[in-house]
Amino acid sequence: MLKEKKELENLATYCIDKSTKFGATNCEVRVGNIISETVNLRNKKIENSDRSDILSVNITTYIDKKKSSTQFTYIDNKNTNVMIEKCIEATKLLPDDKFNSLPDKKLLAKNTEDLLLFDKSTINNEKKLEYLKEVEDTALSNKLISQTNGSSFNQSKSNFIVANSDGLLSGYKKSEFSSFTDLVAKKNSSGMERDYYYDSKVYLKDIIKPKDLGNNAAKLAVRKLNPKKTKTESIPIIFEKRISKNILGILSSAITGSSFVRSSSFLKNKLNNQIFPKNINIIDDPLIKKSTYSMPFDKEGVKSDKMYLVKNGILKNIILDSYYSKILNKKSNGRASGLSNTFFEAGKRSYEDLFNCGKKLILITDTMGAFGNPTTGEFSCGATGIYYEKDFFYPVNNFTLGGKIENIFNNIILANDLEFKYSQNCPTALIVEGLVVGGY
Amino acid sequence: MSDFFEKTDLTRANAEKIIDETLLNKDDGELYLQNSINENITLDDGKIKNTNFTKTYGMGFRGVCEDVTAYCHTNSINKNSLIDASKNINSTLRSFKSYKHNNSIRRTNEKLYSDHNPIEAKSLKEKIKLLNIVDQYLRSKSNLVKQVTASISTEKKNIEIIKTGGMTLSDNQPLTSFKISLIMKKGTKNTQGSYATGGRMTFNDYIGENNWKQVCDEAFRQAEMNLDARKAPAGEMDVVLNNGWSGVLLHEALGHTLEGDFLYKKTSVFHDQIGNKIGNENITVVDEGNIFGRRGSLNMDDEGEKTQRNILIKNGKLIKFMHDRLSAKLTKNTPTGNGRRENYMFAPMPRMTNTFMMNGKNTREEMIKSVKKGIYVDALGGGSVDIVSGQFNFSVNNAWLIENGKLVMPVEGATLIGSGPEVIKKIEMIGNDLKLDNGFGTCGKSGQLVPVGLGIPSCKVLMTVGGSKT
Repeated sequence: MLKEKKELENLATYCIDKSTKFGATNCEVRVGNIISETVNLRNKKIENSDRSDILSVNITTYIDKKKSSTQFTYIDNKNTNVMIEKCIEATKLLPDDKFNSLPDKKLLAKNTEDLLLFDKSTINNEKKLEYLKEVEDTALSNKLISQTNGSSFNQSKSNFIVANSDGLLSGYKKSEFSSFTDLVAKKNSSGMERDYYYDSKVYLKDIIKPKDLGNNAAKLAVRKLNPKKTKTESIPIIFEKRISKNILGILSSAITGSSFVRSSSFLKNKLNNQIFPKNINIIDDPLIKKSTYSMPFDKEGVKSDKMYLVKNGILKNIILDSYYSKILNKKSNGRASGLSNTFFEAGKRSYEDLFNCGKKLILITDTMGAFGNPTTGEFSCGATGIYYEKDFFYPVNNFTLGGKIENIFNNIILANDLEFKYSQNCPTALIVEGLVVGGY
Repeated sequence: MSDFFEKTDLTRANAEKIIDETLLNKDDGELYLQNSINENITLDDGKIKNTNFTKTYGMGFRGVCEDVTAYCHTNSINKNSLIDASKNINSTLRSFKSYKHNNSIRRTNEKLYSDHNPIEAKSLKEKIKLLNIVDQYLRSKSNLVKQVTASISTEKKNIEIIKTGGMTLSDNQPLTSFKISLIMKKGTKNTQGSYATGGRMTFNDYIGENNWKQVCDEAFRQAEMNLDARKAPAGEMDVVLNNGWSGVLLHEALGHTLEGDFLYKKTSVFHDQIGNKIGNENITVVDEGNIFGRRGSLNMDDEGEKTQRNILIKNGKLIKFMHDRLSAKLTKNTPTGNGRRENYMFAPMPRMTNTFMMNGKNTREEMIKSVKKGIYVDALGGGSVDIVSGQFNFSVNNAWLIENGKLVMPVEGATLIGSGPEVIKKIEMIGNDLKLDNGFGTCGKSGQLVPVGLGIPSCKVLMTVGGSKT
């Protein structure tokens, strides 16, 4: 059974009392209980089941401007005391850092709206297996799918409390249901190719239909069969949605408070500067109802609101927690836990229209390796895709994409097909110039 | 030995009884108990940012029938949680009527590391002082150094495995790691360098009087070299890899595809190639979990099996895969000591330990001399592989452009890609300078991270380089 709010609150309060008693002038405690149940199926047969029940405690103690932290899985109060004492001993040894402090009380979340992040429904292992069997039956009915590499269904429920010695005591429950399948395609004597599809929802009833999961993954794996190699050239690139979302990933790692303070971002001096074309807007909205990635407040208890990261192509906001916002002389925007639901506003052109950009182009369907380096601004990764020439197209693999991240930002053209599926969401994106394909 | 039964209503005798009742009618399984403490101290931006203690404590109970695994884990070690876990396992595996219980295990008394606690080797105060000295040392090397991150991480992991019949195996696994990364800036250009050292020997073996300086010097060298680097070329070309950490090529391109779970699932590109020649005569690849003191070494794996030297590829011929108990059983092989897990929250699976290629005959100079146009890779980054298609990639931190047998200038921003079965055929020259890495490899598979070792002699191979210069 998921631990009730009261029990977590009691534990958090206990930790604050002990920390204060042992000498902390301030402290922050996070307590979380996660119960997760997964079933894996492979080639229509159960492969494993896994049940996890973890109660974890995370404490940060302050002695004036000194700070240290400890994490542990809860065993008993005696062990908790030992860990807190150890943490206090360490805190005493550290140098002062004038920016260390609990969050500004005025910014803490109060009376937050219910974002509908918890579904009481449960699905037992038998029902999970039924679902997965239908996924694999559907996938394997495609003659080009030779086997499955595993399909899984997970139910995860969590309850979380953040408390501090300024009187903060807030928390919320979350549920997540997710399904996944990974398929292997093979055609005659060709090599094997694999691809996957997944879905994740807060409410059980919203999870993708098993037939759709199986069919979607099968289509993705099959279209990779019999790949050709491609030559080294500069050519227009279209990123599919599941790849283009990584553009937001690289942006978000380059606009953290820490990377600005530490000068480790290639965008360090770009706040309030143009970094995308004028028609580009990027938003982070933690308050979308029923989204797995939503949060009423961050892990410090600071309220998080909808915010423009980029407006009319200009970088307007960066990701701030209490510590880095103080150094930068700003206010925390409730992003100590990072971004939530981040998205590009949809573009104007249709998906088909993007393909009219030239005589030939490559649609990127998969990449390997880091999608760019947020410190140097260099971009290089391995890629798989579909080569489009005038009247025909064919799969290509084993090539690289190279360039600079700013080439992608400056040249991006978005389709009008935005959908919310991941924590980062981007329409299909065309990069007409600036990327080099490395092949034979 | 850590006494897991001290603080709970579960006695050892109770636990053994529940284990027997649950597992004697299954093919395999065990109760895995873990108690580890990790201390991490990080200096960043000129100050000690945080000190952090993490305690990982809990148990994982596993039952296996044929190819089906039931696994339950929790951080509360007590009678009720073990009974619940037992019920859960029985429920998942209830359809199996026949079983072949096997609890035999290959044991050893060999000790690859002593039972010490690296966290206590130095006081917190001394460690903080050392990190401050490191910061000053790096910043004094050049005023272009804009940022230094240095960390000391020490861990003591106690594990105990209880099988049926009260069979108990335990190990205390120390691990130390010292990492440096720095950023240099010249004009508008940022460059990075990073290096580390570590393993299972004592704290002073890695972070003693002056050996920390070597780690700093190497990180500095990498960042400084890229200040004047040009765009890397793109396309297929000769690549000369330096010895040591370049073994990540081997790890990604070949190592993962030789893990036993991909053999019984028939998803490895090499699943039907055992006994076949897959590369040239000079290539011999070994995974060895019982090298003294190394980061990837273990006295026993996470199923209690002794670790050993496994020759995977000999003179180009594929000899064997790496196995845990499950993949060994399903493919009628013996376990190879490669059953590993990150912690009690995971069931074990076949993983690498220390993986390396044996020496060839060439020198690195000969290799560079033989290249008309290509790159010499001085420092590789990390990589990944798709074991089904065999395609792999990794990032290059530092490289030189080679033209007409000479190193011309540093180049940056490259990725190396290829496919395992192809690249092993395209290794043209192998050096006589095998070196194991400095002890900082961490391998991820299905969401589990484990420390590993890598090694390779210098070698020359035809590969695709992903730069941005056509």
